[in-house]
Amino acid sequence: MDFTPHTPEDVREMLAELGLEELRELFADLPEALLEPELSLPEPASEQEILAHLRELAAKNSPADRAFLGGGPRPHFVPSLVPALAQRGEFLTAYTPYQPEVSQGVLQAVFEYQTMIAELTGLDVSNASLYDGAAALAEGVLLALRQTRRMGVVVSQGVHPEYRQVLATYLHAVGAELRTVDLEGGLTPPAAFAGDVGAVVLQSPNFLGAIENPAPWVEAAHASGALVVYVADPLSLALLKPPGEWGADIAVGDGQSLGNPMNFGGPHFGYIAVREKLMRQLPGRLVSQTHDVDGRRGYVLALAAREQHIRRAKAKSNITTNAQLTALMGAMHLAALGPRGLAELAAATVARSHELAGRLTAIFGVELATPEPFFAEFAVRLPLPAKRVRSALAARGWHAATPVPAEYGENLALFAATERHSEADLAGLATALEEVLS
Amino acid sequence: MNIPEDRRYTKTHEWAKLEDGLVVVGISDFAQESLGDVVFVETPEVGREVAAGEAVAVIESVKTASDVYAPVSGKVAAVNEALADEPELVNGDPYNAGWLFKIEPADPAELESLLSPEDYARVLEEEA
Amino acid sequence: MNRDFPTLFERSRAGRRGVRPPRPPEADLAALLGADNLRGAPPRLPELDELAVVRHYTNLSRRQVGVDTNFYPLGSCTMKYNPRAGEAAAALFAELHPYQDPDTAQGALQIIYELQEYLAEITGMDAVTLQPAAGAHGELTGMLLIRAYHESRGEGEQRRVVLVPDSAHGSNPATASMAGYQVREVPSGPDGEVDLEALRAALGPEVAAIMLTNPNTLGLFERKILELIDAAHEQGVQLYYDGANLNAIMGWARPGDMGFDVVHLNLHKTFSTPHGGGGPGSGPVGAKAHLAPFLPVPTVRLEGDRYVLDYDRPQTIGRMRSFYGNFGVMVRAYVYIRMLGASGLKRASAMAVLNANYLRKKLAAVGYRIPYDRLCKHEFVAQPPEGLKALDVAKALLDYGYHPPTVYFPLIVKEALMIEPTETESKETLDEYVEAMAEIARRGLEDPEWIAHTPYTTPVRRLDEVAANRKPVLRWRPEEET
Repeated sequence: MDFTPHTPEDVREMLAELGLEELRELFADLPEALLEPELSLPEPASEQEILAHLRELAAKNSPADRAFLGGGPRPHFVPSLVPALAQRGEFLTAYTPYQPEVSQGVLQAVFEYQTMIAELTGLDVSNASLYDGAAALAEGVLLALRQTRRMGVVVSQGVHPEYRQVLATYLHAVGAELRTVDLEGGLTPPAAFAGDVGAVVLQSPNFLGAIENPAPWVEAAHASGALVVYVADPLSLALLKPPGEWGADIAVGDGQSLGNPMNFGGPHFGYIAVREKLMRQLPGRLVSQTHDVDGRRGYVLALAAREQHIRRAKAKSNITTNAQLTALMGAMHLAALGPRGLAELAAATVARSHELAGRLTAIFGVELATPEPFFAEFAVRLPLPAKRVRSALAARGWHAATPVPAEYGENLALFAATERHSEADLAGLATALEEVLS
Repeated sequence: MNIPEDRRYTKTHEWAKLEDGLVVVGISDFAQESLGDVVFVETPEVGREVAAGEAVAVIESVKTASDVYAPVSGKVAAVNEALADEPELVNGDPYNAGWLFKIEPADPAELESLLSPEDYARVLEEEA
Repeated sequence: MNRDFPTLFERSRAGRRGVRPPRPPEADLAALLGADNLRGAPPRLPELDELAVVRHYTNLSRRQVGVDTNFYPLGSCTMKYNPRAGEAAAALFAELHPYQDPDTAQGALQIIYELQEYLAEITGMDAVTLQPAAGAHGELTGMLLIRAYHESRGEGEQRRVVLVPDSAHGSNPATASMAGYQVREVPSGPDGEVDLEALRAALGPEVAAIMLTNPNTLGLFERKILELIDAAHEQGVQLYYDGANLNAIMGWARPGDMGFDVVHLNLHKTFSTPHGGGGPGSGPVGAKAHLAPFLPVPTVRLEGDRYVLDYDRPQTIGRMRSFYGNFGVMVRAYVYIRMLGASGLKRASAMAVLNANYLRKKLAAVGYRIPYDRLCKHEFVAQPPEGLKALDVAKALLDYGYHPPTVYFPLIVKEALMIEPTETESKETLDEYVEAMAEIARRGLEDPEWIAHTPYTTPVRRLDEVAANRKPVLRWRPEEET
């Protein structure tokens, strides 16, 4: 089963057109030594067989649709219309909209997405999406370094550790310096920045779930000529003061909480939004409104001279394929819920997570390790290593207790709750945790 | 092809003209024609030290981005602010209103080693 | 009457409600979140009923073409059919959290492990990471592996240059810059392949790597590939393989056998996962044993009968992406490889190459110029007949119901049309396409006014890109704000 339509007749006719007799002759320009390696792969399978096999593999997983695991991805309610619309063949199988006359669907949808991200973040311009939150952070920091022509970066330990690892990889590649400021009591302490620092980075809600006060860092950064890169969960921006209002220059984050399943870590999408003056420094694709020869409004990819296919070695980034469809799912999700639906969803998440924190900390030996206020996630200190607790809970059918890296403290675990959890779920988890710890 | 007599040129299609002690720099009519509609000009920072032959500015059209090279060494003394709102000046009036930046030259004699209008005309013939 | 297709914001009406989440429990948000932390004004998102949202996006999709609707021969993009079995399969694995206990995700980890193995086998490499999220991301990963390797041998400071053919895709030099290298171009010879002598001359102790695509962006197999690679290895230079064109040679040759040290793949090209209007994709990287110690972490290892996330790689370059990569995309590629098997992959490449050569022959017969008119692989470059512009031919094709080929790339051919039909297109589709191209050429030469103003029948006609670039409008604003 290989999806090729060619009958033996077709193949014969087409080869004849080329003056050839065998398919092998199509590869006559390859060195003999390389030709026709034996590939050791499983025998071909029909669609029915492969789907049956995959269902068997799926059965070896325990679904996490009511997981209480903190650390970024969360199971949220996604309206059914989102996957239904995203699966339309015209969206699913389209390429990048380089021929705008026949790509107004994707282009306009992206224009609308860009607008929504700008609104959520309180900033001026968003791009069409990046790979994930971590890559978005790296690109945002590189943007700040280009703009300030400096090579120093200061990041709060409150930023997700995996994002910081990705940032370190990207910065090492260009010879920039990365310094980390440790959390104190679960929050980012005030800091001062030297003249070589081009970007300062903090996350709110932070990795431990706490809502930060960005004002001191924003002030100190701007005073020394650095730009502020603010990592934010977009769902939190339904209720919390957005990066733009705090004075941040660049906002980045991961869009999984909008319209996308967890997918075992990906694909989701990364977003980046900036102040107007940084527009031409943005990496990746941008869609602009314009008009056609008949005066009709339309949309096109714009400012392509920033991008790799034109600027090559001097491009703002090498990014080509981004995360377009998953970003559009985020936009569809926002369109379906509207501002009130989104706020209600976020409020339900906040209520449930706080209720959960109350139930868990009532258990002997469990202490809240995240300073209040927190948003949807919180860390607790357990009397046992988190990995063991997670394992024991999993054996009882509960996904919870994400182990927190040792740099933050001992025996810490991250929990989250969302609008998808019922009272019974919360009670059940609390009971299970109590059993595990006794 | 328009090649004014009152200035010098480079192989990379910049023009340079001494005016009140500063070297004014722009691109030639040939260059603006090849680029097509200019949509954005990235000018260097005022105060920046530049070396002759260094890429110091970028001119963007819809489908291209071209480097502009400093014809002489020195310090950037001024940039054409009007281009921020009207990049099309580079197309419409490349030799006057479409000037890009001015350099305080380290050595005004460097101008002499640039191409004369006749030499530049020959360069264009060869490219064709 | 305004005939513009409205945006969501223009359809919005204050007070309209769409999908409602479950009613939130009572909560004093100011108390829980801190009054100073709350948003002043809500974000100005559109307020729509559910039908309005569905109609909007459904009608938007009808202003869009995809592989599902049209022949889409974009060179180097491999617009093959995206099997729906892949979509069904991905749905089975959607509700998994990356941090759930690995013992509760053994099925998912098995897919990652097996896909790592399959891709290593297909490419002839020793170790694979599935972490990069797209081809360019894989390119950056691969170049960082090479850099780490040279650094580990004390040659990091010395080797600061990367060689790239002048026909290379723009992402190659852009990637080299992001990896901290200077880029130097190597010219192609008159036969369209890399000039071996020029390459030899460009090699030296300051060169870290050469980035090559094979077949190259002209669709031609680099016939001197073994010599090119030997010449590089003799000087301690590493070879990077841009796998964007792998669809030409699956089962016929392997980059690992050619001698490449590191390879990236595009699952959303060669392995049939959908393009989605610009992603998400996936860009796995395969490496030879000497580069394996530097791979990003984690990979998936098999320990007895358990699949484990392996972080034990002391010399790793670190992480390129959060979590494990685009797992949902991996599932789709896994399905494709399992459905085709070795014989199917080999046949897919053979049919891709057959289709491309057939099209090349037929287009030449109706007046299109083929600058390198010999046996090609899965794609080839054509030029319109003298007097016509590639841009105009592309726009005319839109009226005929075809997505145009890639235009104006590679840069070394004027008025280039880069055409890649892929293996999932039938002979009739190709024949009809040739007829359309012939008619366009005929009409275009007879009536330059006609072709200069195509398309006429699409939802919008030629758009003012100059205005969009001079004064970009990158978001919708209410009337009062413009």
